[in-house]
Amino acid sequence: MGTKLPGKTRQSAAALLCALAAGTASAGYALNLTEGVTSISREAYRLHMLALWVCVVIAIVVFGAMAWSIYHHRKSRGAVAASFHDNTRVEIVWTILPFLVLVGLAIPATTALIAMHDTSNADLTIKITGQQWSWRYDYLKEDIGFVSNLDEKSAAAAKLGSGVDPRSVEHYLLNVDKPLVVPVGKKVRFLLNASDVIHSWWLPDLGFKKDAIPGFVNEIWARIEKPGIYRGQCTELCGVGHGFMPIVLIAMNEPDYQAWLTAQREAVAKAKAGVDRVWTKEELLAKGEEVYAKTCAACHLPGGEGIPGAFKALKGSTIVKGPVADHIDRVMNGKPGTAMPSFAAQLDDADIAAVITHERNAWGNNMGDLVQPAQIKAARK
Amino acid sequence: MTEIALPQHHEHEHPRGITRWLFTTNHKDIGTLYLLFAVSMLFIGGSFAMVVRAELFQPGLQFVNPHFFNQMTTMHALVMIFGAVMPAFVGLANWMIPMMIGAPDMALPRLNNWSFWLLPFAFTLLLSTLFMPGGAPAGGWTMYPPLVLQTGMAFPFLIFAVHLMGISSVMGAINVITTVFNMRAPGMSYTKLPLFVWTWVITAFLLIAAMPVLAGAVTMLLTDKYFGTSFFNAAGGGDPVMFQHVFWFFGHPEVYIMILPAFGIVSQIVPTFARKPLFGYTSMIYAVASIAFLSFIVWAHHMFTVGMPLAGELFFMYSTVLIAVPTGVKVFNWIATMWRGSMTFETPMLWALCFIILFSIGGFSGLMLGLAPADFQYQDTYFVVAHFHYVLVTGAVFAIIAGVYFWLPKWTGRMYDERLGKLHFWLSAISVNLLFFPQHFLGLAGMPRRIPDYAVQYAEWNMLSSIGAFIFGASQLIFVYVVIRAMSGHGEQATDQVWEGAHGLEWTLSSPPPYHSFNEPPKVP
Repeated sequence: MGTKLPGKTRQSAAALLCALAAGTASAGYALNLTEGVTSISREAYRLHMLALWVCVVIAIVVFGAMAWSIYHHRKSRGAVAASFHDNTRVEIVWTILPFLVLVGLAIPATTALIAMHDTSNADLTIKITGQQWSWRYDYLKEDIGFVSNLDEKSAAAAKLGSGVDPRSVEHYLLNVDKPLVVPVGKKVRFLLNASDVIHSWWLPDLGFKKDAIPGFVNEIWARIEKPGIYRGQCTELCGVGHGFMPIVLIAMNEPDYQAWLTAQREAVAKAKAGVDRVWTKEELLAKGEEVYAKTCAACHLPGGEGIPGAFKALKGSTIVKGPVADHIDRVMNGKPGTAMPSFAAQLDDADIAAVITHERNAWGNNMGDLVQPAQIKAARK
Repeated sequence: MTEIALPQHHEHEHPRGITRWLFTTNHKDIGTLYLLFAVSMLFIGGSFAMVVRAELFQPGLQFVNPHFFNQMTTMHALVMIFGAVMPAFVGLANWMIPMMIGAPDMALPRLNNWSFWLLPFAFTLLLSTLFMPGGAPAGGWTMYPPLVLQTGMAFPFLIFAVHLMGISSVMGAINVITTVFNMRAPGMSYTKLPLFVWTWVITAFLLIAAMPVLAGAVTMLLTDKYFGTSFFNAAGGGDPVMFQHVFWFFGHPEVYIMILPAFGIVSQIVPTFARKPLFGYTSMIYAVASIAFLSFIVWAHHMFTVGMPLAGELFFMYSTVLIAVPTGVKVFNWIATMWRGSMTFETPMLWALCFIILFSIGGFSGLMLGLAPADFQYQDTYFVVAHFHYVLVTGAVFAIIAGVYFWLPKWTGRMYDERLGKLHFWLSAISVNLLFFPQHFLGLAGMPRRIPDYAVQYAEWNMLSSIGAFIFGASQLIFVYVVIRAMSGHGEQATDQVWEGAHGLEWTLSSPPPYHSFNEPPKVP
């Protein structure tokens, strides 16, 4: 799923099989594995094609023999059954031959596996945290970090009965608000973990996926060879938002990457400044609505009505209509043993303040009170 | 033995009405109950799959929200595995094993009654969760924590249902082993056991070894949820990956539990219609036994992506691909059985041949999945979905259907409608490929499994796959009609031997067989 996203795949079955047989990726990624843009992904691709061809050859031999006997050794053609039922020599041969084929496959697989496990001498390390249902990226040593959510257009179109044709949304379900950015040609080490349930981080173009597991740190690495935008998705069932957790990575040349880093640092500083001032009600409500749609609406639904028994309604909820401190606590710390996660690490002070203000004033809750970012900052201590 | 005054005749009055079925200890009645239960679960589980395929018919959410979608995928898997495929095999075992080995009944008839009647209770518990606040379990059939611990009211129902299914399976397995070990007719040595009996004995040992492991795993989940333990909770010192190891230590043998009896069925059918003895009887048994053994040392290939050390990944990769060797031997033996035979293509043979081809395709993708570096790309995509549906639907389910067509005239005394049987076969064989083959492409192209909605480049294949699913689902109604027709006494009277090439004790009995199969131990040729 690289920069060239697949075109139409309405080809006849024959054309599809030809494209597959040619082993090219040009017929669109909707058919075959991508070759990707790292040494690892190419090894995986080569192994995949080798195994595929081995299977095709075996299939031709086996099904060919089967077809031959089905055609020639049928009663209606007057075939008389032979009575042999054993042949030790033949049986030994067809035990040993497949074994040798397997050895032939295992050798390249072993070399590839060894290369994949070598995460040493990385130029830069990014910590990836899977959370229900977004990815958090922290650039260790760079002091920047952000959460990457499904982009708004996809999110709006992906609602049940949204009336929006997904075909009208660019990169539907494969786009995010803030993509991960890495430099080209550098060995990037990714550390994977999760804050709630198990997720799995997969960029086909990088060559493999790995699970993000709470309490564990997993490692993978990639040296991306070509600048471009690479897309993938979460691949471990992680709850209702599982299908809505895309991964987008932009590989940039070094100067562009440095410029991006600088811009990010400035944005972090600006956000910090924003937290320290008093916000107006309008600002909080506008921001809150945005954060709610992105972060909360997957479970509690856009109208705050929830799904009875599974996800609590926020409309008329005792927490939302109760003391502000309890509301802040629930949003920041979640509710253990339920799908309600802790948002303390996922959202910044302004986001949390705004979304709480929104919830307390939307859908007829009409509490009328405001929560300022400063209150959240205080609650973090 | 003859000196002891044993009653010479066991013919009791046939119990009638509902009590015949509730209290029956007769292997044939219990076999019938299992099979009817399995087919009803096939349709319930199938209807869940139809919901899934309807939602995936085109991109965007049209019918269900993601929460309900996850309930459907989870329940589809649980119902199909534990409600349809496994009970169907137990039903076939109950019907055929005593008849094949020359026994009057199963060794433990009352246990047999109980092991069946646990199932309706288990599935009432499980299916009732659909109507509970919060809905059915939605964390996948693999029940990985911590996600599964977020299940609401349905959670304890899920766990207790799994326990009941497990107890039922273990009891069924004990019964099979006891029957085969103790109730064989004089002269029925182990080297004369029909392949179906052999595969079932080996399966029974797998069940006894694997099911308690699942019971342990789900009990730990239960205490984690309600009693404050932290087996799988990292924050409490536990390990969520340990669940996966324990689960797949059960789960991998489980997939062979669902395929070994299918090997047995096909090994009965192919020689019958090739009119030639099974090629390589002994190597078939060795192959099944080695597959069973290997199934216990390859579990972690389901978890290549959890982050194991290199040595672990290498071990599980080598042991996994090794399974291709005995599986290959089995396929080669079936083809050698056909070679220079005198073949006819009645409905059971068509299903069996189709099994060999499509199961092999599932085996090929299995080999590809076994290669760890490639698996890092395939894992948890539709490629995996395609793979395990080829082995479970066109493998296990096709073999079960083949077996039902093969033995139905024996059971009912009536030939099924050959024309309808063939129609059922061709519709199923074509639609099932339309259903599952494109899923290979979807997976390779990057579509993860268990997602309710997808990017638009996957639209065409998904639509084809859904069309295949609807046709395949509807085709199974023909099957029900064919079976009901034969059961209700319509159709030509079947002979005792039924098939020209059929050999074995079961074919020496009348069609339908007497209520107690063999009152006198038969002579084994």
